[in-house]
Amino acid sequence: MSGVSVDVDQQRIYALRRRFRRRKRLLAFAQRSTSYIVLAFGAVLIMIPFLWMVSTSLKEWSSLFLYPPQWIPRPVVWRNYVDALTLVPFFTFLKNTCIITFTSLIGQILSASMVAFSFARLRWPGRDVIFIILLSTLMLPYEVTLIPKFMMFRALGWINTFKPLIVPDYFGGGAFLVFLLRQFYMTIPAELDDAARIDGCSTVGIWWRIIMPLAKPALGIVAIFGFQGHWNDFMGPLIYLNSTEKFTLALGLNLFKNQYTAQYQYIMAASLIVMLPLLVNFYIAQRYFVQGVVITGLKG
Amino acid sequence: MTYRRLVTRTAASRDEGQGETRGRRSPRLSLRTQEAIWGWVLAMPIILGMLLWTLGPMVASAILSFMKWDLLTPPKWVGVANYVKMFTGDRLFWQAVKVTTLYALFRVPLGLAFGLLIALLMNQKLPGIYAFRTIYYLPSVLSGVAVALLWMWIFAPDFGLLNVVLWKVFHIKGPSWLFSETWALPAMVIMSLWGVGGGMLICLAGLQGIPTELYEAAEIDGAGPFAKLTRITLPLMSPVLFFNLVQGIISALRVFTEAYVMTGGGPNYATYFYGLHIYTTAFADFKMGYASALAWFLFLYILALTLLVFKSSPAWVYYEGRPRA
Repeated sequence: MSGVSVDVDQQRIYALRRRFRRRKRLLAFAQRSTSYIVLAFGAVLIMIPFLWMVSTSLKEWSSLFLYPPQWIPRPVVWRNYVDALTLVPFFTFLKNTCIITFTSLIGQILSASMVAFSFARLRWPGRDVIFIILLSTLMLPYEVTLIPKFMMFRALGWINTFKPLIVPDYFGGGAFLVFLLRQFYMTIPAELDDAARIDGCSTVGIWWRIIMPLAKPALGIVAIFGFQGHWNDFMGPLIYLNSTEKFTLALGLNLFKNQYTAQYQYIMAASLIVMLPLLVNFYIAQRYFVQGVVITGLKG
Repeated sequence: MTYRRLVTRTAASRDEGQGETRGRRSPRLSLRTQEAIWGWVLAMPIILGMLLWTLGPMVASAILSFMKWDLLTPPKWVGVANYVKMFTGDRLFWQAVKVTTLYALFRVPLGLAFGLLIALLMNQKLPGIYAFRTIYYLPSVLSGVAVALLWMWIFAPDFGLLNVVLWKVFHIKGPSWLFSETWALPAMVIMSLWGVGGGMLICLAGLQGIPTELYEAAEIDGAGPFAKLTRITLPLMSPVLFFNLVQGIISALRVFTEAYVMTGGGPNYATYFYGLHIYTTAFADFKMGYASALAWFLFLYILALTLLVFKSSPAWVYYEGRPRA
């Protein structure tokens, strides 16, 4: 008798538990689908400006001002892109931007890596004090140093050349990158250095042959963010470059806007072309981007 | 194998070394000294760079802020005149401070809230979450002139996307945004929210660091979703929010490119950001001394606000392992 009642109790408990679980699962499902809908709605909101941009860039001028607006342009005017590239000396701007971006990037990566190696791996008097001073310079907004730097470059006769935009990057690539790389180098085991030294490797050799290859992911992050920063830079070129043939893409776009006001089909086409390398860079290096933001707390 | 190679190599090099040292013992430096020299040599770029591009110019601009210099005539020492003029005789300075502060006041909390909200939604195992993360983060990769131009077109009064949608969906006649004294600044705030993905990503990283046992324990104790949010998530996320707050304040106070491209500070100085005031003073009016004083004020203003946030932090930022004050 008692055995049966235990079974009944047991069964009731099972039933209750099942019901509880089902309810919980249902609740979780409702919660997840709500989140999903909200997220999808937000994603659409974020994508709309992009789609609008693409759509505008393929329209005729007259159909920009149709009401209601056309999302799919009729006719599709691919020529806008050709025009956008030829109305202003676009390829000159592109060449200038590439020269500045890549030469300064090389300088930044090499010198930041070298300096970070010294801070992370070598013991020398004054190291920690200098590192702390370096970190405290991160607090200083560039506006404070802007004017004296401008006057220094003016005295050197570097105005309207690329030098003010490139040369400073060869001096350690900035406190932030040094800090980032130093933190990464600290995680590489020191035994590797010792082993290399026993095998007769020089100090520079350890940096170049041991640390550099192992630091590839970190250097990749530095390169990605550096590329983005230089490509987007506006204030630097605005201050240092005067003549149109020295302009970068950012300055060129601004010029374009002033010359072809309300010709939004051209402006959007040109903007899209300028954004394209950034989009490609992002697409290829997505994983590193996300990691980089998470590691550095840099918002991009 | 490797061990033997090691032994023979070191033996060989020791032999060489002995041969050398016997001849000239004194010039040979100890390993320690060698390392120190190499350390200095390899760190030299940043030491020079710091002196040349940061500390030197910083001192120079501090001195310059007490001078009057138009680049053509020699600089003249004027004492605190620049600072006096800034506070008493420059209407545009106060306008710039007002605009920038107002902008930060809206952009920073909104950005924080949206960033956290999206991160909370995204911190679940949902299909396609990776694609969402990419989409939300994408706009913050594309800062700069191209984005400013895109938003100019969206905010265009008659045929811009925003007003068309407002009219079609809500039957609201939208304002003329960038051409309206009242709406130009809100337009800039709206645009900044498009780039909320960076803050979101940092929040997401923070959320993923919260141990799930805490939620499980709370559930056993009968905590609902709201209690879990306010008693676990928010306290543990407070250091991340604190970081985002400081970063947000600093970047909001230094806006330049968008304002320069989209409005040039107009209409009637409604979007005359502080960065624009420094730029115009220095590179349009060539008042280098006064512009340096303006830059120093910005620095001190940022510093003061940051300190304020730091001072307030014991009241609301929770660090694990440390009792709450």
